[in-house]
Amino acid sequence: MLARSNLFNGRYLSVFVGIVMVLASLSACTTSNSTNNSTTPQNTSPITIGYTVPRTGDFSGDGPLLEQGYQLWADQINKNGGLLGRQVKLIGEDDASKPEQVTTDYQSLITVNHVDLLFAPFSGDLTVPAAIVAHRFGYVMVEGAATEKATYLHGLDNLFAVSLPAEHYITSFANFILSLPQAQRPTTAAYVTSNDPFTEPQVAAARDLLENNGQPGGLDSVLYRTFGPETTNYRTLAAEIVQSGAQVVVLGTLDVNGLSQFLKYFRSQHYNPEALIAATGPDQGSAYLNAIGDGNPKDTAFANRMAEGTFVPNDGWYPGINTYQNDVFTQDWQAKNPGQPPDGISSDTVQGFAAAQVLQQAIEATHSIDNTTLKAYLRSHTFNSIQGAVQFDAQGRNTVAVAFLFQWQNGKLIPVYPPSRAAANPEFPKMPWP
Amino acid sequence: MALLIQAVILGILSGGVYALMASGMTLIFGVMRIINVAQGIFVILGAYLSYKLEQTLHLDLFVGLLLTMPAMFALGVVVQWAFIRRLKRDDRIMMSFLVTYAVALVIEGVLTFLFSTNYVQLYAWYVDATFGVVGFYFRYFDVFAFGLSVVLLAGLYLLVYRTRFGYSLRASMQDPTAAALIGIDVERVSAITLGLGTALAAAGGVGFGAGSLFNPASSYDLILRLVVIIVLGGLGSLQGALVASLLMLVVGSVTTVLWSDTWSRLVFFVLLTVLLVFRPQGLFGRLEARQQ
Repeated sequence: MLARSNLFNGRYLSVFVGIVMVLASLSACTTSNSTNNSTTPQNTSPITIGYTVPRTGDFSGDGPLLEQGYQLWADQINKNGGLLGRQVKLIGEDDASKPEQVTTDYQSLITVNHVDLLFAPFSGDLTVPAAIVAHRFGYVMVEGAATEKATYLHGLDNLFAVSLPAEHYITSFANFILSLPQAQRPTTAAYVTSNDPFTEPQVAAARDLLENNGQPGGLDSVLYRTFGPETTNYRTLAAEIVQSGAQVVVLGTLDVNGLSQFLKYFRSQHYNPEALIAATGPDQGSAYLNAIGDGNPKDTAFANRMAEGTFVPNDGWYPGINTYQNDVFTQDWQAKNPGQPPDGISSDTVQGFAAAQVLQQAIEATHSIDNTTLKAYLRSHTFNSIQGAVQFDAQGRNTVAVAFLFQWQNGKLIPVYPPSRAAANPEFPKMPWP
Repeated sequence: MALLIQAVILGILSGGVYALMASGMTLIFGVMRIINVAQGIFVILGAYLSYKLEQTLHLDLFVGLLLTMPAMFALGVVVQWAFIRRLKRDDRIMMSFLVTYAVALVIEGVLTFLFSTNYVQLYAWYVDATFGVVGFYFRYFDVFAFGLSVVLLAGLYLLVYRTRFGYSLRASMQDPTAAALIGIDVERVSAITLGLGTALAAAGGVGFGAGSLFNPASSYDLILRLVVIIVLGGLGSLQGALVASLLMLVVGSVTTVLWSDTWSRLVFFVLLTVLLVFRPQGLFGRLEARQQ
């Protein structure tokens, strides 16, 4: 009786639970491997790809757009006869923008749905927990929408990021400034950024470049300030920039509201830097023009003059760019969004599509959906995407992605740098405020 | 040094507008013993009313207040009549929190339906125009808005301390039961008070809406700030609301200049905590009530 009760006491119970967990893991791995290797010509069952996106919660605006990229790719594949002769079936879940939900969902996709492959969720906050689960079960994760620097610092050798790392977004601007003849080149710069993991590394990287890493020819950093995410009154920070008299201003803003307060304050103080760039805000088209306008949505002339000359970082894609399958992607997107111009294509959609393109190339090259095979191939080869070339380093970052520089000119966003991609010359120095 | 002076001036000018918004909220608490968490959305509603009048009738922002303040006054009276007066006295504070939160959600939903979540901003010629004083440029609007705050707060002060209604109001603040026993219609005083507080929110809305972009969700950050202001100033104290508003904005600006914006809220909340340890009633809380 005593022995029987001991069987269920702590020590034996722990051993029992441990054995069950090991068996469960082995079962999942076995299932994963068995599905991954099922690429015989006779196999006509769909290739299943699981993922989560935030359809609710903080990132609910981005999630469906990212999913649209995955869906556009899958539709295109299936329309053209499938992948390795098999149709592609997507299994998407709502992660509610919560990392813990991501973990639960990816475990479920792998152990319950037995998906063959995985796509990633949105942003570094959600992609890292997904990649950790994927790593545990031996799956690769090719992703497009997690560009923050922190994403690559977890030592996950199954994670492959096809998009330009966010910290390089403003490098094209820095390169442009440094490319100016010495006589024209500004000598001072001010940096004010949100202490957000998306913006702060961008601004810090731009500062390092503009300082020319301490070598001659760089710009003096006369101000470097950070602000918290709860800040709503930007005028004191703007006053510091004005006081600094910097010729170049780099703003790590998070939205059009913050940026508009900076710009309006600069104008009110008759301070006009020679060059100005903001991480977020000027990329938001009509929302940006409305924010910096004179309050009359129909009077765009004033807003256009306010925007004139503002530089805008670009992550490697814009409508009409001549990259791999961009024409097909744009046509398919317009077919799904009748009457909408390509300007309405979200970068989230582009990033999702690009990640899928890279995974597709690895599968077609290896004739396999085995995750171990794919990981080795992804690590050592170069790929194409609508965002340009892709080649991964040891941390899974795309080392050959190129940042473009756009500028507001006459009410339009124009690519101006590097010269090989420019549709117009950069406007420098910036025109006076209206 | 010039930057520091500039930061103090910016803090004072912005603080005046916050005082206007917070004074209505603290007045409502003082008389009715309710925490009106709808004050933030009332401010945003006032801003949208001014925006609509400016866009459709090209009515000047300050002239428009002649229409929006009475309209908002009426809204406050209706809210009091329809919801607040029904609350029982023993759990009034907690229930008022829920009721005014519900009112805020309904108004936010209606505003989102009518105006969407896109940001808008109030416009008039003086919103962005500036004038120079010793090398520093002031926005006309900041000065006008500060002036409006001074005028309205002075008017409110006279109403509360120099009129017969003010005596009734302060009597209701000190002891509603005793006030009712000497013939004061406390419910009527409460309705007028909520109306006044809501009308002041309309004026605050002009100051807020011309200072930054706003959408219906802007009320959440705003209400947090207003609650902090009236706690620091002392619940129910007009002077407290004024001083706390100026203090919060000036401390924030000065910390940004001397140290970092990242730490400006921390510094303010450390000061608030220390103060509340020694004066739990806030700067002018109960002491002022006793003096009345």
